[in-house]
Amino acid sequence: TRQPAQHVKRKGHPKLLFMGLRKSGKSSVRKVVFEKLSPADTLFLEPTPRMERATLQSFVPIETAEIPPNAPVTAPEFDHRAAFGNAGAVIWVVDVQDEYLNAIGDLIQTAVFLAENYPRVNFEVFIHKTDGLSEEYNYEAFREVRQRVQDELSDLGHGDRSVSYHQTSIFDYSIFEAMSKVVQRLLPQLPAMEALLNKLCSTCRIQKAYLFDTSSKIYVATDTSPTFLRDYEVCSDYVDVIVDIKQIYGWQKHERQSQDTTSQDDSVGESLVTYDRSGDTYIYAREIDE
Amino acid sequence: MNTTERSKRQKQRKVLLMGRSGAGKSSMRSIIFSNYVAKDVRRLGATVDVEHSNIRFMGNLMLNLWDCGGQDSFVESYLTNQRSHVFTSVAVLIFVFDISSREAAADLLNFASTIRALHEFSPNSRVFILIHKMDLIPADQKSRVFQQRAVEVRSTCEDEGFLEQQVDFWATSIWDQSLYRAWTQVIYFLVPNATVIERMLQKLAELLDARELVLYERTTCLVVTHITRGSEGQNPYSDRFERLSSILKTHKHSMAKHTGTLASEVSFAEMQVKTGEFMFFITRLTENTNLAVVMPSDEATFNAARVNVQLARQEFAHLDIVEKRSKDAARF
Ligand SMILES: Nc1nc2c(ncn2[C@@H]2O[C@H](COP(=O)(O)OP(=O)(O)OP(=O)(O)O)[C@@H](O)[C@H]2O)c(=O)[nH]1
Ligand SMILES: Nc1nc2c(ncn2[C@@H]2O[C@H](COP(=O)(O)OP(=O)(O)O)[C@@H](O)[C@H]2O)c(=O)[nH]1
Ligand SMILES: [Mg+2]
Repeated sequence: TRQPAQHVKRKGHPKLLFMGLRKSGKSSVRKVVFEKLSPADTLFLEPTPRMERATLQSFVPIETAEIPPNAPVTAPEFDHRAAFGNAGAVIWVVDVQDEYLNAIGDLIQTAVFLAENYPRVNFEVFIHKTDGLSEEYNYEAFREVRQRVQDELSDLGHGDRSVSYHQTSIFDYSIFEAMSKVVQRLLPQLPAMEALLNKLCSTCRIQKAYLFDTSSKIYVATDTSPTFLRDYEVCSDYVDVIVDIKQIYGWQKHERQSQDTTSQDDSVGESLVTYDRSGDTYIYAREIDE
Repeated sequence: MNTTERSKRQKQRKVLLMGRSGAGKSSMRSIIFSNYVAKDVRRLGATVDVEHSNIRFMGNLMLNLWDCGGQDSFVESYLTNQRSHVFTSVAVLIFVFDISSREAAADLLNFASTIRALHEFSPNSRVFILIHKMDLIPADQKSRVFQQRAVEVRSTCEDEGFLEQQVDFWATSIWDQSLYRAWTQVIYFLVPNATVIERMLQKLAELLDARELVLYERTTCLVVTHITRGSEGQNPYSDRFERLSSILKTHKHSMAKHTGTLASEVSFAEMQVKTGEFMFFITRLTENTNLAVVMPSDEATFNAARVNVQLARQEFAHLDIVEKRSKDAARF
């Protein structure tokens, strides 16, 4: 029932390129999702003057980079190959709390440039900073941005260019969910992982299963039953509980490992929580690898 | 136990929560005692006069919290016509300073007249100073800004006759676990039978061969006390107890949201975390408390420990003042 992801033939791990006007929230998104900065602390972030790369070493290593807003990306003197040559997706961040239509011009220019020169790069639009605004306002803004982008791309002869849109805020789970979807579209293993999770769910009578990357809390796959943000939320919170408790009480590990090189710690972690009323397991988590 | 016996045993401790309007008093009260999350507090209005709440706590402790609205006209009345009513038989004053306040001098004057009245009516009370909204200060300036304010406040306390050991200082914010750290200290000071509880827990810890036991109150998730054994004493995370409070409170909210129930009604039967390094579980110990147990990683000892904690419940049961319902009796 699910469309196979497009452009999955890319080699290597996902590379995400963040673009957008100044102060739109690019650095905040990167630091909150990939470096665990607390959302409130993004207030103190300085502007990013030049292209900045970072790689999250994890189950799936994810490379992120940010292009400063004033970089002349479409100009001939810009090193396009370095920036886009092996990029998986460009994430364009639009600040919905600002005059958001101002960003459309630059966004279109980049989208067209990519469509013409790097058609295999996914183009993702984050309609960002939705916190503190009414649902109607957010929906209206989302609709308006999508409509404008679609119209302008059609006018320029790129109406067939596929663009994904996400409503996001670093103050809730929407940013993690959007980032999960962006990353999943770049994973060639996705169909295989989905099939495995489907099998797990039906064999063990599990309602919903997520395969998490614990360091970023992105889910790299889920079974194909309907997804609800609230299921992801509760699982993601539970991952936090486990990670925190493991950090607090797993402190001896490093000291021991450095002293005694023969001790091989090959047991996998697992965790569960049960509830008063039923006594049944409510959430179960199992570690696949560190 | 009949009602009169129980009320005799039950200790009412009066706690004043004061500070200027907007300092954050009601915000912290709602988070700690009423299951608010930090972002809900924007809904709170200014407190009119005094809001009383009685919070049944561990053992025979009944917290009698007075959230005193901080607008000048109310403060004026606490200091004059309500003076003896407000300041008599106070066990603890929690005074909240807003670190982002633009009227630091006025805040200090207001504080001075408050503790003058406190010293007059309850000279042996304990004072907890919370330097609050520390999240608004950039990380590299936090400690300097905090120290600076603490020094000013301390000298005011001494001017008004409070001894150094009667006054504690804590940096707090509703946005992190520092709030739990400060309130845990207040509760620990107030729990009347802390040493009895600790002795019993120590015995239990040895029986289980646990690395650490952490006892915390169920609704507030505040840590009542803990026992640390052996090498766990070198655990570098000295803030782990308030972190645990904050983790469990967050988990509670998360479950409440997912199941569509009230956070006050969510309580898990058990939580287990097993790794190759340690094993951990949390379960109910008494009506009002949960116990977190940290063990070496060994499946058999772990299972034995779970059974032993269940057996120990009986012994701890008398620490709670809650009337036994027949349903509970059947559970033991
Ligand atoms: N940044 C920040 N804001 C906070 C914190 N705690 C409370 N606030 C904000 O401070 C404001 C006032 O909070 P209240 O709890 O109503 O203040 P109060 O001390 O009870 O005021 P009165 O009832 O008038 O005495 C609210 O808008 C809260 O959101 C904190 O730790 N950090
Ligand atoms: N309200 C809100 N503010 C945000 C969000 N994301 C980022 N910001 C704020 O936007 C400002 C600019 O962010 P920054 O990441 O430096 O933008 P950049 O120039 O695009 O890298 C910062 O003050 C952030 O705190 C969000 O989801 N909601
Ligand atoms: Mg108030």
